[in-house]
Amino acid sequence: MEHYNMNLNLKVWRQKNKNTKGTFKMYRVENISSEMSFLEMFDVLNEQLIKDGESPVAFDHDCREGICGSCSMYINGKPHGPWQANTTCQLHMRAFKDGDTIVVEPWRADAFPVIKDLMVDRSAFDRIIQAGGYISVNTGNAVDGNTLPIEKQKADDAFAAAMCIGCGACVAACKNSSAMLFLSAKVSHLALLPQGAPERTTRVQNMVAQMDKEGFGSCTNTGACEATCPKEISITNIARLNSEYIAASFAD
Amino acid sequence: MTWKQVFTSSVGKKLVMGFTGIFLVLFLIVHVGLNACIWAAAYDPADQGQMFNKAAHFMGSNVLPRILEIGLFAGFFLHIFQGYLLTLENRKKRSIGYDVAYADGSKWYSRSMAILGTLLLMFLVMHIYHFWTPSRLGGMGTVQPLEEVYYNGIKHHNLYAEMRDVFVGNTLIVAMYVLACGSLAYHLLHGFQSAFKTIGIHNKKINGLIHSVGVGFSIIVPLLFALMPLSFYFGWIK
Repeated sequence: MEHYNMNLNLKVWRQKNKNTKGTFKMYRVENISSEMSFLEMFDVLNEQLIKDGESPVAFDHDCREGICGSCSMYINGKPHGPWQANTTCQLHMRAFKDGDTIVVEPWRADAFPVIKDLMVDRSAFDRIIQAGGYISVNTGNAVDGNTLPIEKQKADDAFAAAMCIGCGACVAACKNSSAMLFLSAKVSHLALLPQGAPERTTRVQNMVAQMDKEGFGSCTNTGACEATCPKEISITNIARLNSEYIAASFAD
Repeated sequence: MTWKQVFTSSVGKKLVMGFTGIFLVLFLIVHVGLNACIWAAAYDPADQGQMFNKAAHFMGSNVLPRILEIGLFAGFFLHIFQGYLLTLENRKKRSIGYDVAYADGSKWYSRSMAILGTLLLMFLVMHIYHFWTPSRLGGMGTVQPLEEVYYNGIKHHNLYAEMRDVFVGNTLIVAMYVLACGSLAYHLLHGFQSAFKTIGIHNKKINGLIHSVGVGFSIIVPLLFALMPLSFYFGWIK
């Protein structure tokens, strides 16, 4: 692949903290390599800002390998940028051309308040998990691998749902700021497995209740979440969550 | 979990939208089927709307359709009321919007159900005023009763003549009916398959089938409805 350097204009959301109003600021970065990751480009910008005596742009990141779900930028009108099934840290600058203006915004949802600049508080997701995204097991010896037979299709579907890294792109993409794709992935991967069966009813009830309490919107099946999800979580999980919820509503 | 908790949760509210939506889809099947009887006049000049008037008479005089009619109004009310409530609630979840909107991930009509629904509501008011009011409330107060016609000695409302009166020569009204059918098509294109997902159908094979049937339904039914005013307007049936 051809390597090239580029000069870019960045329109970046700057916000001091949760309680202040934010605004967009324009920055220029020069000599950006097409082989850099998007976050590395931001590292360059931040070094430049520090040198100029300005506060660096705060953004979330951790593994930079596309597996932790920390990075969270809304780039040119799409969570995690223009590539499909990709996280911001795995977005590379070859996606852009010399002279481009890139608009970078934080996830927008009242349930994800901005902490600073591009960094949002996603602890609402943690509280949804705490409400039921687990199985209760007694400690003891590890169970033999094949004592619980699981159909191949169910195991595959459960693994596909368990791919969710909880980055929140689904919420950012949804016109209703709904967390249903995230929630449905978490409910599905446990509902599909025998280990999840004992808490199946209470799990979906409690997790939906917590999601509503956190202030996420409801799902209108537009499919924007599925289209932007870096792990390609299927919207079918939302339909499965709905059926789990209906079944749970008839439980005593 | 109490029923109240179920139906006040975000998933429960959507269930109401899904179930009422499917109920209204069933209503459309009955409605389009009965109304298609107007085309009997195209094949048999002696029909003069007789087949359609008899079908309409059956719906208006039989107790079962009358009971279902109450359910239908309740279904409409719930679907519209809940739809607006959810739209307003969902809009409040993002106080600061994006500078660049995310448009690629979803279809415009999936994001515009409230606007399409509002167009349909406006049409519904006009449509009820044109046909339901004179048929059911004709003679009460200032409402003009419908013309009457006798088949085998039984008195029928001449709704066929009413359709002719409403559509023939009324370009604006016919255009509004056709526009409403367009809104219905796009509303159904999203709503049909979405309703089944909302009520929990997650089998991929069935979902594929529902999607195909939904696309067919969204094209065929509104097209048939649109052809009804056009048939009178262009004189295909008289």
